[in-house]
Amino acid sequence: MRVKITVDGKSYEVEQGDNLLRACLSNGLDLPYFCWHPILGSVGSCRQCAVKSYQDDDDTEGKIVMACMESSNEGCRISIDDPEAKRFRAQIIEWLMINHPHDCAVCDEGGECHLQDMTVMTGHDSRRYRFTKSTHRNQDLGPFINHEMNRCITCYRCVRYYRDYAGGKDLDAFGVHDRMYFGRQEDGTLESPFSGNLVEVCPTGVFTDKTFKQHYTRKWDLQSTPSVCVHCSLGCNTILGERYGGLRRVLNRYNADVNGYLICDRGRFGYGFVNSDQRISEAGVRIADGCTLESIDSDVAVRRFTSLIKNKESLIGIGSPRASLEANFALRQLVGKENFYSGASAQEFELVATVVDAMRNGSTQTPSLRQIESADAVLLLGEDPTASAPLLSLALRQSTRQQSILEAAKAGIPMWQDAAVRGLAQDSHGPLFIATPAATALDDIASETVRAAPDDVARLGLAVAHELDPKAPRVVKLGARLKLAKRIAAALLAAEQPLVVAGTASGSKAVIQAAAAVATALGVARAKAAAPWLFLTLPECNSMGLALLNAKPLAEIKQQPKGRGGSVIVLENNLYRRAKAEQVDALLDGKTLVVLDHVQHPTVDRARLVLPAATFAETSGTLVNNEGRAQEFHTAVMPTGAIRPSHGWLLSGLTACRPDEKHALSLEDLRAACAAEFPELASTWLSDESPTLRYAKEKVPRASFRASGRTAMHANVSVHEPTPPEDPDSALAFSMEGFRDPDAQLIPSYWAPGWNSVQALSKFQFEVGGPMRGGKPGVRLIQPCKDAPPSYPDEIPAAFAAREGEWLLLPLSRVFGGEELSSMDPAIQVRTSQAQLLLHEDDGLSLGLSEGDIVEIQSEVGSFSLPVAMRKNVCRGVAMLPLDTPGVGFLQLPLYASIRRVSG
Amino acid sequence: MERPLTKNIDAGREPLGLKDYEAAGGYQAVRKVLQEMTPEEVTAAVKKSDLRGRGGAGFPTGLKWSFVPMGDDAPRPKYLVCNADEMEPGTFKDRVLLEGDPHQMVEAMIVAGYAMGADVGYIFLRWAYRLANQRLLAAIAEANAAGYLGDNILDSGYSFKLHVHTSAGRYICGEETALLNSLEGKRAIPRAKPPFPQISGLWGKPTIVQNVETLCNVPHIINRGADWFKSISRSAEGGTKLYGVSGRAKNPGCWELPMGTPIREIIDEYAGGMQDGLKLRGLLPGGASTDFLVEEHFDTPMDYASIAAAGSRMGTGTMILLDDGNCPVGMVLNMMEFFARESCGWCTPCREGLPWVEKILQAIEDGNGCAEDLDRLSAHARDLGHGNTFCALAPGAMEPLQSSLKYFREDFQSHITNKRCPWS
Ligand SMILES: Cc1cc2nc3c(=O)[nH]c(=O)nc-3n(C[C@H](O)[C@H](O)[C@H](O)COP(=O)(O)O)c2cc1C
Ligand code: SF4
Ligand code: SF4
Ligand code: SF4
Ligand code: FES
Repeated sequence: MRVKITVDGKSYEVEQGDNLLRACLSNGLDLPYFCWHPILGSVGSCRQCAVKSYQDDDDTEGKIVMACMESSNEGCRISIDDPEAKRFRAQIIEWLMINHPHDCAVCDEGGECHLQDMTVMTGHDSRRYRFTKSTHRNQDLGPFINHEMNRCITCYRCVRYYRDYAGGKDLDAFGVHDRMYFGRQEDGTLESPFSGNLVEVCPTGVFTDKTFKQHYTRKWDLQSTPSVCVHCSLGCNTILGERYGGLRRVLNRYNADVNGYLICDRGRFGYGFVNSDQRISEAGVRIADGCTLESIDSDVAVRRFTSLIKNKESLIGIGSPRASLEANFALRQLVGKENFYSGASAQEFELVATVVDAMRNGSTQTPSLRQIESADAVLLLGEDPTASAPLLSLALRQSTRQQSILEAAKAGIPMWQDAAVRGLAQDSHGPLFIATPAATALDDIASETVRAAPDDVARLGLAVAHELDPKAPRVVKLGARLKLAKRIAAALLAAEQPLVVAGTASGSKAVIQAAAAVATALGVARAKAAAPWLFLTLPECNSMGLALLNAKPLAEIKQQPKGRGGSVIVLENNLYRRAKAEQVDALLDGKTLVVLDHVQHPTVDRARLVLPAATFAETSGTLVNNEGRAQEFHTAVMPTGAIRPSHGWLLSGLTACRPDEKHALSLEDLRAACAAEFPELASTWLSDESPTLRYAKEKVPRASFRASGRTAMHANVSVHEPTPPEDPDSALAFSMEGFRDPDAQLIPSYWAPGWNSVQALSKFQFEVGGPMRGGKPGVRLIQPCKDAPPSYPDEIPAAFAAREGEWLLLPLSRVFGGEELSSMDPAIQVRTSQAQLLLHEDDGLSLGLSEGDIVEIQSEVGSFSLPVAMRKNVCRGVAMLPLDTPGVGFLQLPLYASIRRVSG
Repeated sequence: MERPLTKNIDAGREPLGLKDYEAAGGYQAVRKVLQEMTPEEVTAAVKKSDLRGRGGAGFPTGLKWSFVPMGDDAPRPKYLVCNADEMEPGTFKDRVLLEGDPHQMVEAMIVAGYAMGADVGYIFLRWAYRLANQRLLAAIAEANAAGYLGDNILDSGYSFKLHVHTSAGRYICGEETALLNSLEGKRAIPRAKPPFPQISGLWGKPTIVQNVETLCNVPHIINRGADWFKSISRSAEGGTKLYGVSGRAKNPGCWELPMGTPIREIIDEYAGGMQDGLKLRGLLPGGASTDFLVEEHFDTPMDYASIAAAGSRMGTGTMILLDDGNCPVGMVLNMMEFFARESCGWCTPCREGLPWVEKILQAIEDGNGCAEDLDRLSAHARDLGHGNTFCALAPGAMEPLQSSLKYFREDFQSHITNKRCPWS
């Protein structure tokens, strides 16, 4: 309900019961604060948000209250401008500054520091404290986060985020009185895969981005560009910062429906591949010896490309789940739809198709990542999202608080009273049921966990479905798990908004189908209630986009007539990650191979022609995330030298090959053609009413108001300032000049008068933490089929039985080291632990193993060796093999293998 | 003069064991409430007595109990916590009761526990009270064995378990919500109120936190009634009070006297007056976090209303004396050292303000004060007031500071002007 409050004599509409600080900020008022944060709520520790509150119209005295700790009620009257409140706020800053190093000029945070902003806002400007400052020792917190404790203002945000919100254990508040210390018990890498958010959550320069520090530039000198993360299927929104042609850092970009205020460490720190000296930066053609790649310039490259593909009786295009929709579509245009193949492995292809089928033809609703936080009962099947889709794990963690938030509301405690809500809830979480082969990072808050092989996970899911809807197939011989299935069914049924989560990382179609079956059965059982939620993860950032382009499975290639010669164009893809080497070799033998990519890999090594492609940071494009949300990213770094966006190479090829036809010449044309061919995708690029997005007369500047040294940047080369590069593919300009508007759809960075830090974001939202005023949340392309009759899988997998002397090898996702592009980043590499084969402790003992022993894993497809890790929390009879284990090569899992100790 | 709370106490011998305590009328209140009264009747009786909290804030005890959810739907378990942290400088009254008559404490816990329907009780004990710890544990063991504690006490159907928890030794642990956090094994920082502990207290369950002395009154109120309780005092506020005197009196100590006994009477008759050659300049009536009172106030009766009218607070009722042979700046500095050190570090004004105050006072005391210092001190006294800080620690700390600036300003001034402490 909306109520009216009066602030300094003016009336404002606010949500009843909202805290006054958020209410003021949502109305565009400036009120300084520190300890409050939109996702962390209020605790009232910093005392910075002090305002005067008046009891009624007769009260002229008023009293100082903390805005973040007071509820908004009809008729509430406060003053921000009251001299006493103002003086007190300035006094708070003075206190916070007592021991502050005042090192703004050399501070990593300078220029986008909330403390700087608040200091200026309160007007505190001269020092009266005349005693010695105290100092602290800093810690080495690993490759991602730099620590500079002297800058701390003891707002407690870091620990509240890291521990309370993100479930981390190894960062804490130590000490007392004015000797508070925020860090680890001892030096060491921060363990949480969400540690990078500290950089934005901490309002000062204590926790800063260590990777950025290695090529530091002042924040105001960065050119900022809206982008989308490419390191998993969730499509978190990011802001890329560029200077001198390098990608300097990745920040969160707020998307109210997707990632909110946060991203994961893979997304934040995995960008090193863009700047890597391993990049393919020149076009190359393989000379006669078959090994050496000879550099050629771009024009020659286009000619070569044309000659290799023109008039070929067989021309095959292999797309990529990590390339943009536009690049994939351009390839499809070039080779023709009958010759356009998915670059996903056979298994991925099938699993993704299963997901798309469930989303398109089922009646269940796919929630947004943000909505997941409000689910009040969850069943997670088959995988650990912390590794496969990191931010999903964080969202699920919040969902387990939902019931206690409702409890608190009943006791009259508003959700934003963070400490009180948590105090009432204590350790109660859930319901969250987890059924996976191995431990997950959410186990600590799960109501119940089961360790089971994928087939048994699927059986459990189907049993839950049967409990909910007797029409779902009945699973026999479940044993004790029947009772568990009943408990899960009851919990899901009792919830307001139940959610079922699974995905492709389980490697099991049966698991995905079982998850869909549970959601479907829930829909039947809850007939009148809101459609139950089903959230399915996918392997890569554009797995969904590729699937929507109807590419054919790789496996069908061999059915092509075996023409002599013929060319294969591979788009941003290493086929050796997609199929067994022999299969890839068979597919490519005798063919002329053209590879467009930006990173080196074995597929590039055998290409006749290599075309240097832009990374996601160097081009515009569209990715479709796992929920079917199409989102655009933009050029942050102008490609240099011969590098061009893949779609650019492909369009040049197209033009050269078929000069007589009319076809797309630009990204814009390509999108129009794609929309025409795939009506489902058309809404992706529906031109917006806002002229600011496209076709704008004025472009949106990437540079800040304060960009400095523009003229000096290249003065060592020439004193003439170069023309800023043109970016034809977006409405963004590499410039300080242009159109800045908080209502615009393209928001490259957050800034408002007086607000230079990321907290300026509030000025871009209708209401703090709510939707952006203009910013585009992406377009959902897939709608469920509301009236679809419930359908269930026909087959129930047989129960898993551990085999004597053989282990079922299953894929294990890893947050660091398990994703192709981020794995090339040096900081991520430091965080990547050595791949180990994970076994149940007793299975290991039965093999005479001890932790760390090297074992040989032998299967029908060959053998390899790895150290072994033995845990209690693993399903018996299976062995978990980390994805992308170096030296292992492609393996189609699951697979039975024997395990033998090689050495200790 | 009746001394219900200390009647069994004789510092010269061990406290009464169970048998002797029973013989002296002990555990009658437990029998009475379990056999004759409903929990609501117990609360009503306490309410009627107008008993106010003896831990410092003086909140009406019965009223506090009435906020606890009762009945079958009430969240369980419910907790009763006895605040025996007693870290307030100059305060040693709870110690007298804990060491002197542990069974009285145990009985009080059972009666109060019954009134709120508590399942578990904790006595949160100052770390240094080792003797009290031993004696409480012994009394609890006896009470357990005799069936006064545990399941189905005296066949009444009421069950209550009682534990002693020794604090790690921080002043803030005495603040009731920080106490709860500490008891839960968390950082000892206070919690925001609302929600009050009665609704969401220990482990999120309904909880009452009550001072030792407050609780010890309860069995007597039950046994003898509200009218008796009111009759034994010398003021409108009922009951007796454990008054204490520390400082350079001839006979510092702690005495149970009727509520409302005047300050001068306590000092002269019980504490034996000032040591020879010393004159009383002022005093903190109820521990270190209360405002100074001076000569003109010495005839004030020690009760909540009268001390408040005189511009201070009754606090714990244990006074600290300032004589003319001691430096008031040094005395306040000493307290600020304590408060700055004991700040929990949660809120900015207290965490950063108190050390600043301490450093200024140290500078003044060392002869390094400067003209602006007094303004800085006054500004802190104002800005660390109630509502500006998260809890009452800092506002309490400011009470002796602000009143010393009022009553002993010339002493501060002369330190600054003459660049030295006149007493050093
Ligand atoms: C900093 C601080 C320290 C306190 N220390 C104590 C203490 O040691 N013992 C105590 O009973 N109350 C102490 N209190 C008061 C308690 O918060 C609480 O009001 C009291 O225990 C309630 O009991 P009562 O109503 O019986 O007095 C302290 C309060 C503050 C703000
Ligand atoms: S490190 Fe940063 S977030 Fe943590 S308390 Fe200090 S200023 Fe706040
Ligand atoms: S959760 Fe996925 S999309 Fe989001 S930042 Fe991490 S890797 Fe990127
Ligand atoms: S006033 Fe603030 S810092 Fe001081 S003890 Fe209370 S909560 Fe802690
Ligand atoms: S923001 Fe309100 S007290 Fe910190």
